[in-house]
Amino acid sequence: MERMIGSLFDGVLALAVLTALVYLIFFIRQNSGLRHVARMLMMLSGVAQLLYIFARFSHLAAAPLTNPHEAIVFFACAATWAYLTFRWRYKVRNFGAFVSALVALLLAAAATFSSTFTPTPAILKGLWLPVHAGLSLAAYSFFSLAFCGGLMYLLQERELKSKRFGYFFSRLPSLDALDQLNSHCLATGFILLTMGIVSGSLWLWQAYGSYWLWGEKEVCSLFIWLVYLAQLHQRFTVGWRGRRAALMAIFAFAIIALTLLFVVAPHGGTRIHGN
Amino acid sequence: MEGRESMATDQALAAEHILLVGVNHKTTPVAIREKMAFPGGYEQALAALRRLPGCRECFLLATCNRVEALWVGESGDRAAEALASFLFGDNLTDECAEYLYRHEDADAVRHLFAVASSLDSMIVGEAQILGQLKAAYRQATESHAVGAILNRLLPKAFTVAKRVRSETGIGLSAVSISYAAVELAKKIFGSLQGKNVLLIGAGEMAELAMEHLLNQKIAAVTVVNRTLQRAEELAGRFHGQAAALSDLLVRLESADIVISSTGASGLILHKDHVIPIMRRRRNRPLFFIDIAVPRDLDPALNELENTYLYDIDDLGGVVEVNRGEREKEAVKAGRIVAEETEKFMSWRQNLAMNPTILQLRRHVEEICGRELAKTVAKMPELPPNGRAALERMLAAVAGKILHSPLQYLKRDAACPELENKVDVIRRVFGFDDEKPAS
Repeated sequence: MERMIGSLFDGVLALAVLTALVYLIFFIRQNSGLRHVARMLMMLSGVAQLLYIFARFSHLAAAPLTNPHEAIVFFACAATWAYLTFRWRYKVRNFGAFVSALVALLLAAAATFSSTFTPTPAILKGLWLPVHAGLSLAAYSFFSLAFCGGLMYLLQERELKSKRFGYFFSRLPSLDALDQLNSHCLATGFILLTMGIVSGSLWLWQAYGSYWLWGEKEVCSLFIWLVYLAQLHQRFTVGWRGRRAALMAIFAFAIIALTLLFVVAPHGGTRIHGN
Repeated sequence: MEGRESMATDQALAAEHILLVGVNHKTTPVAIREKMAFPGGYEQALAALRRLPGCRECFLLATCNRVEALWVGESGDRAAEALASFLFGDNLTDECAEYLYRHEDADAVRHLFAVASSLDSMIVGEAQILGQLKAAYRQATESHAVGAILNRLLPKAFTVAKRVRSETGIGLSAVSISYAAVELAKKIFGSLQGKNVLLIGAGEMAELAMEHLLNQKIAAVTVVNRTLQRAEELAGRFHGQAAALSDLLVRLESADIVISSTGASGLILHKDHVIPIMRRRRNRPLFFIDIAVPRDLDPALNELENTYLYDIDDLGGVVEVNRGEREKEAVKAGRIVAEETEKFMSWRQNLAMNPTILQLRRHVEEICGRELAKTVAKMPELPPNGRAALERMLAAVAGKILHSPLQYLKRDAACPELENKVDVIRRVFGFDDEKPAS
């Protein structure tokens, strides 16, 4: 069974890489037939990721969010579905090329971590932990889309400001579309992140009887939350938008990535406090 | 003798040269072109040009992308220098002279045809240039600056332009400056639906720029102008609002796209004006298009965040992006222009040749006719078909004799010694002798 699930992951990874490749070729050739293929592949890839997570879930009989491999797969899956739902509401030209690359990279990163099934410690069982982890990772996935959008914004803005129209000018969407993407992802991600922190606090209370322990992870989460709060505040009051918003999205996501890499991952994904 | 006079004029016409001197967006930066705008309009400039020595006919074209003077008369360095100093006035420096291009005769005709067909435009294939050319021609006609040659050359240029437009796909993709501006605006704003446009200056260029924007379902147009009356006129046409120039900064707060095309001699909007406005706009993007020559807007505006400034040279870069697709059509159009240039030049040559050829034919026919009459009179016993046979023989002889002089005249019609050839023939046959050639 475990081997079957293992090969399912290989399929998920292959599909994600294929999607990214087709999007890349579409990005270069701008052939509208390919776009259709790429979109279908992205959809399939999203479904395959969900299936994989569900397979792990049914095998473990617990939320598959307790080790780095599972967390990153969930992150990638959330990013894929955040993109697919976003696509349904807004049109952002060639955004898929960037997102599919990110998803493929994330899944490749997940492949480097051990995907063996470890019995979940008793303390990690319970309702609030999967809710907390799921919400936080979903928040990160929206922030990762904002990050992609931010990169695209900087590329496109540079062409418009320098008035030299190179490779990206016709391929990238309008600045306005990218800025809307930023505001949408920022708002959605922030709500999810807040809910994630609250549910994490509830889990802490359930597990340790305290709502807040000043561990490294809590401090980093609080810092990330404050960075996004500041960004949101500046955006909706003073009008920090465009280039500044794009830079902020990239900067804040870099903090998330560094936190995940240096604070969360070394401790095996979920931080176990105390003893 | 009336025929002789018109013949003399025809030859004089053929002896004149067509000389074209000018600058365009390709050769010359805006900063230099700015120095050449004619403040007094065409009429005054044409009058000044006609007073130059060596000028028989003249024509001026000034658009925001080019300034060209075309004349029929003397050619050579002296004439070109006279034209250059006419174009630049007191601003003529060695640097300016470097930017000028100069075309003579067939080259000048080809250049004019290419300009009319919009092959030389910043946005190849745009249709505005033909309208501007026609307006300039109307001015030149009203000022009596054009004569026999230009009155044929310019209308010909219009037909060439029409032919290029209908026979090639050159006009399809790019239509005008405003097209480029709309493309850029879409890259900034996404859709232009619901955006506010502010026109500064109510000149003709502003109207042209609006053409495309109006198709984009923009929300409202505001026209700001030095004279309120003109602003109201233009605003009325677009169902927009009019405002005085003093209201500019207030109006900027609600605008998204700003098109400036005033005739002001200096900048009318500085970076420092716009910084507080961007704060009040909460950084909503602002797209400035400066189509005025000289420029209206501070180039430093482009350095501000969420502010984009394009002047007329920058807009050229936008269409550079898909230039390759249009190049093929441009080659086709170039062929049409070359063909029409050749036709026009041979018309000019014929102007010189025609009277001589006619006279040569008439001269030989007359001799034949006279000799035939004499011979027939001496031969009463000539059978009825004999006269026809004689006529045929004379025609054949005349044709054979005329063959080489006519070939001589027509061969390499475009070569510069044509005048000499005509002269040789006229002297050999004694056409210009005092006594009539009878």
